[in-house]
Amino acid sequence: MASINELTERIHADSSEEIVAEYLGKITKSKLNAFITVSKESALSQAQEIDAKGHDGPLAGIPIAIKDNISTKGIRTTCASRILTGYIPPYDAHVIEKLKNAGAVIIGKTNMDEFAMGSSTETSFYGPTLNPWDNTRVPGGSSGGSAAAVAGGEAPLSLGSDTGGSVRCPASFCGVVGLKPTYGVISRYGLISYANSLEQIGPFASSVRDVATLFDVIAGHDPRDSTSVKGAGNYSLALENDVKGLKIGIPEEYFGEGIDRNVEKSVRDAINTLEELGATSTEVKMPHTKYALSAYYIIAMSEASSNLARFDGMRYGLRTEDQDWHTTFSHVRAAGFGDEVKRRILLGTYALSAGYLDKYYLKALKIRTLIKQDFERTFKDVDVLIAPTMPYPAFKIGEKIDDPLSLYLADVETVPINLAGVPSLSIPCGTSGGLPIGMQVIGKHFDEAAILRTAYTFEENTDFHKTEGS
Amino acid sequence: MIGKKDLEHIGWLARLELSEEDKEKYAPKLNSILDYFGEIDKADTEGVEPLYHVLPMSNVFREDVPIKSLTQEEALSNAPKNQDGFIKAPRMM
Repeated sequence: MASINELTERIHADSSEEIVAEYLGKITKSKLNAFITVSKESALSQAQEIDAKGHDGPLAGIPIAIKDNISTKGIRTTCASRILTGYIPPYDAHVIEKLKNAGAVIIGKTNMDEFAMGSSTETSFYGPTLNPWDNTRVPGGSSGGSAAAVAGGEAPLSLGSDTGGSVRCPASFCGVVGLKPTYGVISRYGLISYANSLEQIGPFASSVRDVATLFDVIAGHDPRDSTSVKGAGNYSLALENDVKGLKIGIPEEYFGEGIDRNVEKSVRDAINTLEELGATSTEVKMPHTKYALSAYYIIAMSEASSNLARFDGMRYGLRTEDQDWHTTFSHVRAAGFGDEVKRRILLGTYALSAGYLDKYYLKALKIRTLIKQDFERTFKDVDVLIAPTMPYPAFKIGEKIDDPLSLYLADVETVPINLAGVPSLSIPCGTSGGLPIGMQVIGKHFDEAAILRTAYTFEENTDFHKTEGS
Repeated sequence: MIGKKDLEHIGWLARLELSEEDKEKYAPKLNSILDYFGEIDKADTEGVEPLYHVLPMSNVFREDVPIKSLTQEEALSNAPKNQDGFIKAPRMM
């Protein structure tokens, strides 16, 4: 897997067009189904323009793959759903504007769980993505295509989105680096919403350095997103190979029942490595973690039932035969949404309906307060928290898809982070049975610098990120 | 417990048509998920305020000047049915 620096050298020596054509060739030959749409013509012409005119952006001529729930002007955007059939966004998301300004070349839109609802990329209308390490296994989700594209060498960089773990889970299952930033650091303008109070766009790459470079490009205030915050930093400056004096918290609830023993061992070994490099660690308690999964799903489904009300076949997407107003909408939505999306809309509608609002939605929001307080209390004593990203390595395609609850349980380690809005990065820290294991480094609000430095130091002193799948 | 009648009601609220087969298929899975969610009843939330947003949010104002927006043509470019510069909706009744 080539780094940004290596590719930049090759672009100077050869051309962006050659690099872009090489990646496009790999995608064409691939069986992974990591992409829903390959934007071959626009990518090649963008690369030619950069070659002809020159570009001094940090990603000049570098190919990038984009999750298919991020709006790209002129390139179809499907959310992996039938309901967005034929939709071509008339505008770019804020992150796409930023990428284009930095000279990045968009080579395609990646596969995902329908509307980002899932942890396996199996609910896509366009079929599942295969894990590059073992083609019988899932790549994780919901940004499975973006992670598999980087792991399979089909793109050096990609973007995903993380509502309850959808960047970190596939990063873990595919053995790449993925960052879920602090809520508000990256504009959500042009990200097609699933659960707006929880989700953030996040970068994927094969190294911490490249994740930081990409993060530098896409972070920043945008007045078109009212939740966008001011004052993003220069994150690449945080990349120091030094953890002396760093205080690591080990949340015991994240190492409990249901965690694969090899996963637990790899993560604990990684913490030992960081201690040998000068960090200290201490066990910490986050007592409300056990309620996080239920609270997360209730909030996410409630927000989804509202956000997905806009898909009615009038302004864009699938339209069925017209009957009366309500019947037409009901038919469009019945024909356009898949089972998991329907389940979440139904449960979210139920949780918000008269008689159940207090029992489910408001109760979940109160638990969210308690979980955020768990993090605030813990971060008074430690700089970062380290835990497994996923309870186990990638599972088999088809293994969990018929039992939604068992799939939800896979998110137990990732969802508390979204409820609290703190940043977290998943980095490879070992393998089990030939499959990658990821650990997550969790930081305080807006302290991406601490987690990047921790992950960078770990990466510089170990070889796990150099292990590749097929 | 979500029964068949409840599903019909929720389906109507969500404007999501459910066939008889859908109702049979969804009810048990939705109920097993709701059973699991019941766990939150055990959490002591007495006196705890609900958290809608993790960051302190306040209203964002800007000067009341027009900014560039989509042209009519762009706005209509994805509408499956449009006529005379309008999006065509189904009849109300």
